[in-house]
Amino acid sequence: MFDFSLLTNWIDNFFEQTCGMPGWLATTVECILIGLLLLTVYAVLALFYIYYERKVCAAFQCRLGPNRVGPFGLLQSFADMFKMLIKELISLNHIDKFLFALAPYLVILASMLAFAVLPWGKGLQIINFNIGIFFLIAVSSIGVLGILLAGWSSNNKFTLIGALRSGAQMVSYELSIGLSVLTIVAFAGTMNIVELVEKQDNLWFIFSGHLPAIIAFIIYMIAGTAETNRGPFDLPEAESELTAGYHTEYSGMHFGFFYLAEYLNLFIVSGVATLLFLGGWMPLHIPGWTGFNEIMDYIPSVIWFIGKAIALSFVIIWFKWSFPRLRIDQMLALEWKYLLPINLFNLVLMVLVIVYQFHF
Amino acid sequence: MISLTILSSTLAITAALTGIALVGLALWLAGLMSPRSYNVQKGEAYECGIPTRGESMAQFKVGYYLFAILFLMFDVECVFLFPWATIVGELAATMGVASILSIAVFFVILVLGLVYAWRKGALEWK
Repeated sequence: MFDFSLLTNWIDNFFEQTCGMPGWLATTVECILIGLLLLTVYAVLALFYIYYERKVCAAFQCRLGPNRVGPFGLLQSFADMFKMLIKELISLNHIDKFLFALAPYLVILASMLAFAVLPWGKGLQIINFNIGIFFLIAVSSIGVLGILLAGWSSNNKFTLIGALRSGAQMVSYELSIGLSVLTIVAFAGTMNIVELVEKQDNLWFIFSGHLPAIIAFIIYMIAGTAETNRGPFDLPEAESELTAGYHTEYSGMHFGFFYLAEYLNLFIVSGVATLLFLGGWMPLHIPGWTGFNEIMDYIPSVIWFIGKAIALSFVIIWFKWSFPRLRIDQMLALEWKYLLPINLFNLVLMVLVIVYQFHF
Repeated sequence: MISLTILSSTLAITAALTGIALVGLALWLAGLMSPRSYNVQKGEAYECGIPTRGESMAQFKVGYYLFAILFLMFDVECVFLFPWATIVGELAATMGVASILSIAVFFVILVLGLVYAWRKGALEWK
């Protein structure tokens, strides 16, 4: 399997030795390159996800979906992006101008930081913290602040209700995400995402972690769906009652940022589920099947990661078309009366598995 | 690996600046390309076509606040559990079952907190 750190090391060497740059200059240039790369991948992925979601939704409803702009409608999301850019940014009368402008920054910042932590392949990660997964949970909750500010500063009743619902929902389901991540951290014994992935070399955690890992995976997927305000948990932006929820007052590109962050959060949630439970960029290995494992190793690690993440995103989009929207009391009861107790019990189960070594 | 030569915190700041740059650049572009027109009616809050009554930045249902407080409690517990979770495997290998006794006390208090909130009706949506 190709190790991407060879490539990045070569670039680093190229700047420092071949070009003879001093250390600080090389670091600056590399940081700018990383920033540009991040920007490109972020934008391309968001555009791809918009197209992907529309196509999958169309398939569920027996429609064709976008098919006019470009081959198979592939250029539709580009057209959407340009449309958003040329729409007027309406200036409103009674809003809190500073907070109104600040909210999109916070929402994008949260998803960008979380996005930068994900390793895409062997040696292909940007931030390699030793507390990686913890950092990811921490920064992804900045997004709640952005949403609350957006709803509050718009000075509109729809946005206020949408923002508070969204705040209650994201805050509640963050507990479930935290605890199911905790279960896997206890099993793996590390918070570094790269090490987490490398420990799944032979067997992914969902297989090696016995029953607790499977329960944690299911809870993570439910909580992740709620965290991205999607599927049956889309009551913060329930269009039949709240028009567009917390971003009702945002127009043009301002709205575009919330749209962008929502799709990127979908990718981040499925990416983290991939990293924690489905082995990240590790190929599918079955112990004992040497020939099969060898063949699987030939598929590049980036394709494994993106493939698994997109497959999980498909499941999350599937939820949306399978379940009716919950009411706010049902949504909170699901989290606090079912998922949280099950999660706490699951953690105890995982500790027993670790102590008595029931795992494979 | 890039992160061997550059500090993780530098990279985190790079990512944060990238996020800010994305919003700033896109807004700048939109400002260049989009039309501008001012109209008092257009600046009104979006509602069903009639003027908004009263102030919208008003007091709101207290139920949300209660859940936020509960979240705070459990999230802090979760933060305390994370460092323990990273070493639970090593502890179990060296000390066996005895290693989980001390965290069990903490955990039972946490569960009692949830049970208390539940019995007091804090989890009911009224």
